Amino acid sequence: MSTLDSIRNFSIVAHIDHGKSTLADRILEVTQTLSEREMREQVLDSMELERERGITIKAQAVRVNWRGHQLNLIDTPGHVDFTYEVSRALQACEGALLVVDAAQGIEAQTLANAFLAIENDLEIVPVVNKIDLPQADPAAAAAEVAQLVGETPDRVLRISAKTGEGVEDVLDALVERIPPPLGDPDAPPRALVFDSSYDQYRGVVAFVRMLDGRFSTRQRLRAMAAGTRFEAEELGFFSPHRSPTPTLEAGEVGYVVTGLKDVSRLRVGDTLTAQESPAAEPLPGYKEVKPTVFAGLFPTDSDEYPALRDALEKLRLNDASVSYEPETSQALGFGFRCGFLGLLHMEIVRERLEREFDLDLLVTAPNVAYRVLTAAGEELEVHNPAEMPREVELVEEPYIRASTIVPKDHVGSVMELNNDRRGRFHHMEYLSEDRVLLTYDLPLAEIVYDYYDQLKSRTKGYASFDYDLLGFEPGELVRLDVLLAGEPVDALSLVVHRDGAYARGRALVDRLREEIPRQLFDVPVQAAIGSRIIARETIRARRKDVLAKCYGGDITRKRKLLERQKKGKRRMKQVGTVEVPQEAFLAVLKLDGDRR
Amino acid sequence: MSGDVRHLYVHLPFCAHRCGYCDFVTLVGRRDGHDPYVDALLIELALEGAALADDLETVFLGGGTPTYTDPAALDRLLESLPGAAEVTVEANPETVSPELARLLRRRGITRVSLGAQSFQPDALQVLERRAGPDAVRDAFYHLRDAGFDNISLDLLYGIPGQSTADLARDLGEAIALGPEHLSCYELEAKPGTRFAFAHGQELARQAEAMEGYLELVVENLVSAGYRWYETSSFCRLGRQARHNLGYWRGEDYLGIGIGAVSTVDGLRWRNRAKLAAYLGALSERRPPPRDEEPLDPDVRRRERLLLGLRLDEPLALAQVEGAVDGTGLTRMERLGLAELRREGLVLTTRGRFLGGGVTAELMAESPAKSTI
Repeated sequence: MSTLDSIRNFSIVAHIDHGKSTLADRILEVTQTLSEREMREQVLDSMELERERGITIKAQAVRVNWRGHQLNLIDTPGHVDFTYEVSRALQACEGALLVVDAAQGIEAQTLANAFLAIENDLEIVPVVNKIDLPQADPAAAAAEVAQLVGETPDRVLRISAKTGEGVEDVLDALVERIPPPLGDPDAPPRALVFDSSYDQYRGVVAFVRMLDGRFSTRQRLRAMAAGTRFEAEELGFFSPHRSPTPTLEAGEVGYVVTGLKDVSRLRVGDTLTAQESPAAEPLPGYKEVKPTVFAGLFPTDSDEYPALRDALEKLRLNDASVSYEPETSQALGFGFRCGFLGLLHMEIVRERLEREFDLDLLVTAPNVAYRVLTAAGEELEVHNPAEMPREVELVEEPYIRASTIVPKDHVGSVMELNNDRRGRFHHMEYLSEDRVLLTYDLPLAEIVYDYYDQLKSRTKGYASFDYDLLGFEPGELVRLDVLLAGEPVDALSLVVHRDGAYARGRALVDRLREEIPRQLFDVPVQAAIGSRIIARETIRARRKDVLAKCYGGDITRKRKLLERQKKGKRRMKQVGTVEVPQEAFLAVLKLDGDRR
Repeated sequence: MSGDVRHLYVHLPFCAHRCGYCDFVTLVGRRDGHDPYVDALLIELALEGAALADDLETVFLGGGTPTYTDPAALDRLLESLPGAAEVTVEANPETVSPELARLLRRRGITRVSLGAQSFQPDALQVLERRAGPDAVRDAFYHLRDAGFDNISLDLLYGIPGQSTADLARDLGEAIALGPEHLSCYELEAKPGTRFAFAHGQELARQAEAMEGYLELVVENLVSAGYRWYETSSFCRLGRQARHNLGYWRGEDYLGIGIGAVSTVDGLRWRNRAKLAAYLGALSERRPPPRDEEPLDPDVRRRERLLLGLRLDEPLALAQVEGAVDGTGLTRMERLGLAELRREGLVLTTRGRFLGGGVTAELMAESPAKSTI
């Protein structure tokens, strides 16, 4: 048996909570990759955040041995926002385990990732998990999965990752059904960088899938697209800890320690080859995924701006889907306008920045990208409401096709929600007697606020949701500005549908009036569309201060009091002549998540 | 006595009763302690007297209730204190008998500051004051009869339950007596005090109305011919409290007695408030236990600013160099809350109502950040 013939590269596609990580752990255990003592729950989810949220964010690759074969498990994230990461991981595989919960059946996002795997010509090994649960219906779940992937139900494996039942059969099925990798061991080397991480001491660590040829330790390598040259300081694979090896061979999955300190010099999707006798053609890169949701990230303490910049740079090496560009806000100072794959992605990036880089951040209300035709005939793409021209000819916004799988009793309330959110009905289909697949076309802007929460509460948590971008469509959109003492506050500008503008403006103005402390003068708070004021309140000026007496014994205390007061002012953001506490911005920005 | 200090403060801590809102260093009763205390005061004066100038401008006896002090002890103290152009004693109305008024006059007191607080019986009860409105008036006339032509009344506003009309009545009755000087303070209910505990809810209810109380006070007193010369002080022509004016103009002062504060040549010290330790140290002719605070020139200039802006007279910029926040000044000028005149910096009327809020804007955070 040649080396290639003994290798199987696969990933696991599953919905959150359907047992992907438990299955991965069990595979490590059954193959004795880790001793029992080393087994911890869900070893693969190494990031603290992943452990807490119970979801996988970063793809990882682990090598196990099973009956004379080398199996490489490339772990994939299970959330709708991470389609990009899934697609990268899938490109390094020949097969995928499709895991479905025996009690819950297929979820909307499992569909999406399964289709992605099928599109990548991966061999799908369907698995029904959690057959040990009392409410499990393995036969029904197997029938659903079989229909989806075009298999017969008897080929669907039925297991319990929790008890270990059927896990060995899964490993056998992987070996039998998934084809070995194709590739030429004697050709000039080519490896696909499908992920990377940054190690403080060793620099950029690239996760690679060798297609052709081999790499050896200390070999001089080159990234074909970027032209970056470096020496392979260490080669190895994960078991699941780093295990150095002298070579990486065609078909294998492993890592390369590059020693590169500049994170921008090795991009995910690039092809590594040898500096001497290099490959002629790079591998096709990954599909670039464009961010769909944008928000401003500002350090709470303006001194932390350089730290935020460094953190974003490092984070991007780990997560190539984050985009960022400098943004200056008169209210919030220096920061970055960042693009994310979705709302959860935004949350995760924010939390990682705060935890891993010890930053304190203020995140503005998320918005989508708009395409604008200005009155002057200029075409723009706007990622920030503050940059939306006030005079426009046409504004287009992104639309999505939302797929929701929901028990039939909740169909009415989901339709109502979608209609409220400017949705257009597209299709309805009964997946089974009880479960309905609903598809709607919706403006993406309508789901970036609290759509998930609303969907969850209206369906008691039974709905699953996924979407695809459809493209841009024109909309009756207006820019809503907030003015404090006559000055627009850039951080609070919004682009809203004309019909919702009044209610939105009213809510913003009311909240600001509550949140901004009284000043030394009257402060009008207004919401405006262009030059038209649609809502107004006034924060009345203070009329007195605590004056009290001030004689010989009071002077020190008085001075310290004023000095403290003065220091407190520095924490305020100055908007024109108005001092606005950070909390007021937060409260208003949060309002966007709380509306309705 | 050959120093430069021209202001002397003497603290007499004894009171018949501690009022719920009071935060001064006071001791209730202890009549047998008055004599030893006066002895100690005189020893401290002898120890520190070198700082004092030969011709004092002011002496101020504050409390406590100085006039509650045992008359013989008080008489002995007054006899031994140096004379000055202005010698003030604080008095509670119920302690001012015709005899006491005459004693004060005889011992060279030139000015009496009478703690009237209010003329409304309900308000006085809330404040736990012993004197009723008639006692206030009686005390005032006893002082006039004894020949005092410089009397100040203390009034409080924002008393729990006090309406705008109640305050207007108090001001009317005070004006009717015709004092030379008035000090009007908003009542501060310090969190954690039994007063705040008892009246906090009532005060929160009237907070909205109290916003306008200082304006009402100023309006009434100014239209009755008083000059609003300091944040909380009003006077007839030329009748400013010269002792307090010394504080506000940044002049040095010596304070003796428990809890008393002195500021001399860039050093501030505060005697500890413990009576026994104070008496013990001075009986051995040692300075009493005290906490010292050196004042560097930057701090002094900032204090100069915060004190000077309490007055209606312009503060010369030369005295507060480096202490003014240039950006803040521009903002305050634009908002009409402060003015930079040729003679110096001064708050406008509206700026004076806002007091500390405006001063905080005008004060530089640290010398490095200042632009003037």
